[in-house]
Amino acid sequence: MGRYLVRRLIQAVFVLIVISAITFFLFWATPANPALLICGRNCNAETVAQVNATYGFDQPLVVQYGHYMQGLVSPGGRTIGSEGNERNCPWPCFGESYQNGIPVWNSIKDAFPSTLWLALGAAVLWLLAGVLLGLIAALRKGRFIDKLSVGLALFGVSFPTIVFGYLLLFLFIVKLKWIPFPDTANAALFTVGPVKWLQFYILPWITLALVFAALYTRITRANMIDTMNEDYIRTARAKGLNERTVVFKHGLRSALTPIVTIFGLDVGGLLGGAVITEQIFSITGLGKFSIDSVLSNDLPAIMGVVLFAAIFVVLANIVVDVLYAVIDPRVRLS
Amino acid sequence: MTLGVSETQSPDEGLPTDALVETAEAKEIEGRSPGEIAWTRLRRDKIAIISAIVILLIIAVALLAPLIVKLNGFPPDQFNKVDANGNPLLNTRDGGIPIGGLWGSGTSSEHWLGIEPQNGRDIFSRLVYGTRVSLLVALGGTVIAVVLGTVIGMVSGYFGGWVDTLLSRLMDIMLSFPSLLFVMALTPVVASRAQDLFGTPDNNTLRMGVLMFVLGFFGWAYLARIVRGQTLSLREREFVEAARSLGAGPNYVLFRQVLPNLVPTLLVYTTLLLPTNITAEAALSFLGVGIKEPTASWGRMISDASNWIEGNPLYLFFPGMALFITVLAFNLLGDSVRDALDPRAGRS
Repeated sequence: MGRYLVRRLIQAVFVLIVISAITFFLFWATPANPALLICGRNCNAETVAQVNATYGFDQPLVVQYGHYMQGLVSPGGRTIGSEGNERNCPWPCFGESYQNGIPVWNSIKDAFPSTLWLALGAAVLWLLAGVLLGLIAALRKGRFIDKLSVGLALFGVSFPTIVFGYLLLFLFIVKLKWIPFPDTANAALFTVGPVKWLQFYILPWITLALVFAALYTRITRANMIDTMNEDYIRTARAKGLNERTVVFKHGLRSALTPIVTIFGLDVGGLLGGAVITEQIFSITGLGKFSIDSVLSNDLPAIMGVVLFAAIFVVLANIVVDVLYAVIDPRVRLS
Repeated sequence: MTLGVSETQSPDEGLPTDALVETAEAKEIEGRSPGEIAWTRLRRDKIAIISAIVILLIIAVALLAPLIVKLNGFPPDQFNKVDANGNPLLNTRDGGIPIGGLWGSGTSSEHWLGIEPQNGRDIFSRLVYGTRVSLLVALGGTVIAVVLGTVIGMVSGYFGGWVDTLLSRLMDIMLSFPSLLFVMALTPVVASRAQDLFGTPDNNTLRMGVLMFVLGFFGWAYLARIVRGQTLSLREREFVEAARSLGAGPNYVLFRQVLPNLVPTLLVYTTLLLPTNITAEAALSFLGVGIKEPTASWGRMISDASNWIEGNPLYLFFPGMALFITVLAFNLLGDSVRDALDPRAGRS
């Protein structure tokens, strides 16, 4: 187990280095001159040269990449700025925003809690809804409730987030006025209290959860139907166990194993930001931060948020593999 | 194996192979290929038929967009601030919200689905032209993804060794990218690269090409993994061995023997990738990195309409419904195609 974990972590670091390199060279090799972006309207040859020297744009890309990675690897971070105006960018240094000079890591740190709440709340919602619906559908296969859940699932999979999100927003905020318009101040649980916080997050949670809930309903149903046809279920029944034990202890446990994999990966993917949901409900999380950075061509910010998101995806992969071995005794880690 | 197995009981296994028995029923079943069986099954599926009709209608709308728009007489980019009699259509004091119509949307016998606030462009015409963008980008992205995925998956599975290791790692890395985030971040980069490469300004033709490329580039890895798996098992089958022992090269085996056996998988995957890409295009245009003004795109329309959700909710409703119906129809058809080709999957 320990050796496996170490090997996976080394692999993960390798994958992250590849991703960082690809991302860096893709973005920094853009013809749009970053110096022009930074100095804005009062650009002349002199200021451009100065900015180039300050940010190191005049050096070869490989050197720039090395410098960038130094900020992420070395515990002391790295120094940025021109001669005479040097400052330390502490670890982990993702550079400074071209737009406002704020260290990217600070922006990421500020944006992350909103994204975390959004992703976790939605995850609880879709896991409960998906597994419950899928389970009921499988146990009542062919009946009305089964057809209803299958239909709902298909509907949910086909509902684009932009459409569903605005539908909820229109219905509950504009038309029925049950919930006030989103105010980013309400994203902080500990300052505004649970009621306002819930009001702020409930619609985004539902919006984000819909597609996943639909997918999980399908997967749970299919797995559960397969599992309940297994021989060991018949054995369990023949032993005289009551139906509840058969369904939950013997059936559901094995049917849920694949769900663990998908769930880990889905949550991991969302921690990098749920761009569309955050945009619809004006949540200032990582998704909003990343789209704002993309629209303003803020390279260090884009690079930072993409790398940050990739870390979660890669970590989620490892966590899932380990969990899988814990749940399913047939899986050997080697 | 008994004869006269009814259609519903695992028909693919129930095909009589014993040609000696000559009953009329046996002969009838005997001549049908797996493809024909799937086709018959698909034709009996009412949902499949309905969604296919809806999809054909949507494609017809996309193809005939200029003709359809001529019918109502308002080009998609034309500002309509006054009607035929010179009466104003937009309330200039109210930020430009349409006058009259259902829920302040400006619907009338001329503007069937109302007009945009501020500019007064006809929503019906824009919706019709938006169909073109949506389908074209999704189709382009899907074709690129399927071609890449098939070729890379087949090569990886067939040749094995270091080629396989390398390509499999590549698939892993592609799959561990945060895809929407990355697609979103990469689209402007690719767009500016393409401008330099082709020497064209940043117009929407270029943007559509860029979107296809990006969607295709990030969509192939999953399919490649599936194709690789199937190729691995097909490679070991007798007919491949026979062909190889007769001197067939890898090209022949891959494209003449492995590829035809992959067709069902590719068919299912293509029909399911299309709606994914339609949604992705809409999402990117919605976020402002996809199709730009003045070209009509559903995602762009939804993003514009979101600013008017209180004054003119119908503006948001129409592109939203168009997107939903299109995606639903493709998903339903995709499910039916999968059920028809492999009745054991999904329905069990």
